[in-house]
Amino acid sequence: MELLPILSSLRRHKLAAGLLMLEIAVACAILCNAVFMIRQRLSEMQVHTGLAESELVWLKTDGVSGADATPVTESNLAALRGIPGVKSAVVVASLPLSNDDMNFNPSMDADGKHRGPNMELMVGSPGYLHALGIKLVEGHDFSADDYAGVDTWLPHSPSMIVTRAVAERLWPGQSALGQAFWIGTKRYQVIGVVDHMVRGELRGNASEYTALFAARPSAELSSLYVLRADPSALDRVLRDAAAKLAALNPQMLINDKGTYPGLRGNYFASDRAMAWLLATVCTALLIVTALGIGGLASFWVAQRRRQIGIRRAIGATRGDILRYFQTENFLIVSGGIGLGMVLAYTINLALMSHYELPRLPLAYFPVGALALWLLGQLAVLGPALRASHVPPVVATRSV
Amino acid sequence: MFGYYFDLALRSLKRNKALTALMVLAIALGIGASMTTLTVLHVLSGDPLPGRSGSLYYPQIDPRESQGYLPGKTDPMDQMTWIDGMNLLQAKRADQQALMTGGSVAVQPDNSTLDPFYQTARYTTSGFFPMFGVPFEYGHGWGDAEDDAHARVAVISSQFNDKVFGGGDSTGKTLRLDGEAFRVVGVIGDWNPNPHFYDLNRKSYNENEGVFVPLSTSQDLGMIHDGSVNCWGNGGGGNTPDHNSPCVWLQFWVQLDSPSKAAAYKEFLVNYSAQQKALGRFGRPPNVQLRNVMQWLDYNMVVPDDVRLQTGLAFGFLLVCLVNTVGLMLAKFLRRAGELGVRRALGASRSALFAQLLVESGVVGLVGGMGGLLLALIGLWLVRRQPAEYAPLAHLDPVMLLITFLLALGASLLAGLLPAWRACQVTPALQLKSN
Repeated sequence: MELLPILSSLRRHKLAAGLLMLEIAVACAILCNAVFMIRQRLSEMQVHTGLAESELVWLKTDGVSGADATPVTESNLAALRGIPGVKSAVVVASLPLSNDDMNFNPSMDADGKHRGPNMELMVGSPGYLHALGIKLVEGHDFSADDYAGVDTWLPHSPSMIVTRAVAERLWPGQSALGQAFWIGTKRYQVIGVVDHMVRGELRGNASEYTALFAARPSAELSSLYVLRADPSALDRVLRDAAAKLAALNPQMLINDKGTYPGLRGNYFASDRAMAWLLATVCTALLIVTALGIGGLASFWVAQRRRQIGIRRAIGATRGDILRYFQTENFLIVSGGIGLGMVLAYTINLALMSHYELPRLPLAYFPVGALALWLLGQLAVLGPALRASHVPPVVATRSV
Repeated sequence: MFGYYFDLALRSLKRNKALTALMVLAIALGIGASMTTLTVLHVLSGDPLPGRSGSLYYPQIDPRESQGYLPGKTDPMDQMTWIDGMNLLQAKRADQQALMTGGSVAVQPDNSTLDPFYQTARYTTSGFFPMFGVPFEYGHGWGDAEDDAHARVAVISSQFNDKVFGGGDSTGKTLRLDGEAFRVVGVIGDWNPNPHFYDLNRKSYNENEGVFVPLSTSQDLGMIHDGSVNCWGNGGGGNTPDHNSPCVWLQFWVQLDSPSKAAAYKEFLVNYSAQQKALGRFGRPPNVQLRNVMQWLDYNMVVPDDVRLQTGLAFGFLLVCLVNTVGLMLAKFLRRAGELGVRRALGASRSALFAQLLVESGVVGLVGGMGGLLLALIGLWLVRRQPAEYAPLAHLDPVMLLITFLLALGASLLAGLLPAWRACQVTPALQLKSN
């Protein structure tokens, strides 16, 4: 295929071809970045919380104050365990992805000179690791004696369990078991490591910085009940549990309740909405661009009917005409893509500095280019086919 | 002349319906998307208290230990400790001042058809109401005397009044909060500042505070604090910190009616910090900030990143739609070079041709703009159904309506300008000859 005649013909349509190139460039830049953002959101939504999510329901109450908090909460838990289908019932300080957490900075030495990273303080009543479905990968679970009192949320028991993320951050290259840090003046020692447990809200690399502690129910630890039950009976268990708590504690208020999958869905609701919005805009962008390419190509075909007829009359085949328009489109789209890549990279740089977005992976460029080439070829196919059907006799007509 | 051009434009547009529809649709989609997102951005970055916000300031000081302090780089604390809040409040150096924090109270309605429920509340000193210009439907706020007496008085929102008392003048009625009897002294009228500038720790938009009680009373009764608590040193956690603990959890606002007063107040904050450091309470040299409402909102970046991103995205989309329309219009006008050549040869001036073509592109833009407005209304309706906390606020106001109109007109003229100019460059002789 000779490129020169196409180029010299394009030079006569500088403005229109330039506009089409600009349109493709902007579309390419937006598409690359939007698709990248969609994938970011989707991968965040896949986060593994470390819990047996499909089996959990939760009820948030106003808790029990005063000295009888422990016996009242323990008898509530015993009653909840009696509901058919319930495997275990515990009270915990907070749940992953609940947008509610308690955080602290540990001291890495006794005099508090060296501080560790901000992490979540997770506290739960006897057997909560097992009830939530959190998996231990090293060491052992809390013993019965570890479930003691708390002092403004700081557990009396010196035992703690950390996530693998914490172990690798604080003690890289060594076993975390037996290591210790301080909260204020209180020393805590690692007795076990769990594989995953995310915080109340996701915080990038620090999303799994969680330290787990043991405590018996108390005034602090008496408001958030979590039940593990048969996944098929979650809704019924939730209703029964709320009814039972209300019957046992007429003064208690149940602020909120739900299944864990529901809580997770709420946490990601805005990300899901944003992903949908981005996808909608991308689709609209593709359609508008395709229609623009097709529309302009139609015009050019209609404008050049005579030239096409002459070319056909002097021996060009239908295939030649078809390929002419396809090649022309390929050239314009390529120009647009080249410009678009630079633009996409610039936009990505701006987004990185303003919105903590990572760098656009290089793989997006060839994939984006391929998609736009395909789109261009599809859009031009109709007009190009019409052009190839222009009969040679047109050349001989005067109008 | 205009009527004739208009007629010509309609004829030309009718000749190629699909193409006209495509151009109108492209402009409508672009304008619809950008107006939807721009309206949301406009609503979210609005002034919560127009006319007042310029003289309301949020003092920030830094009572932390010396460790970790980088001069000029470390921001002071975002809230106040109890001790500093009380000291600054009692100094009364500003025209008005109020110390406050958020909470939630258990409401036990006398009305037996209503179950007990939790209500978000604000614990504040009396300056809150006059300083923020809170309008009252019935009654009034409380005064310093009630603050000092730790009185059991409450101000309620009109929404809360409707829910618990069934509306009407409820001043003097008794309200049971956390098991204690409170006397209602005022019902607030229509007042819901957005963003919720005076406390951004819970929700930045659409916060629904139904009950206001004196800060002193809330502390006596151990009412639940709800918001952010930030401790340092040996400060323990807990949701309602001890009054002597090194934890910040209160918001302190002042009203300063002139820039010179603001400068003087900042000076006072520096002196206060220096004095506290001398006493050994503060570990750092004076590190203070005094921001007014809009500066405070900027500093906290209250407008969600997603909303900014969406606006950028929508304008990128509008650009693509516009370029698309310009390209199509250009091709269309150039194709009519023959017709234009005839008109030129018959005596029409270049400017007459230009006007004719602009009318044609203007019609496309205007119809597209109206379609865009319709799409923006649908878009805003969709936004209101989103789970975001700001969703219910997304409504088109007159300012945005005007901007939509201008944007549509500007976009269409912009889209028509280049093609019309290019098409007017035809050489009539050449066009007449070739065909």
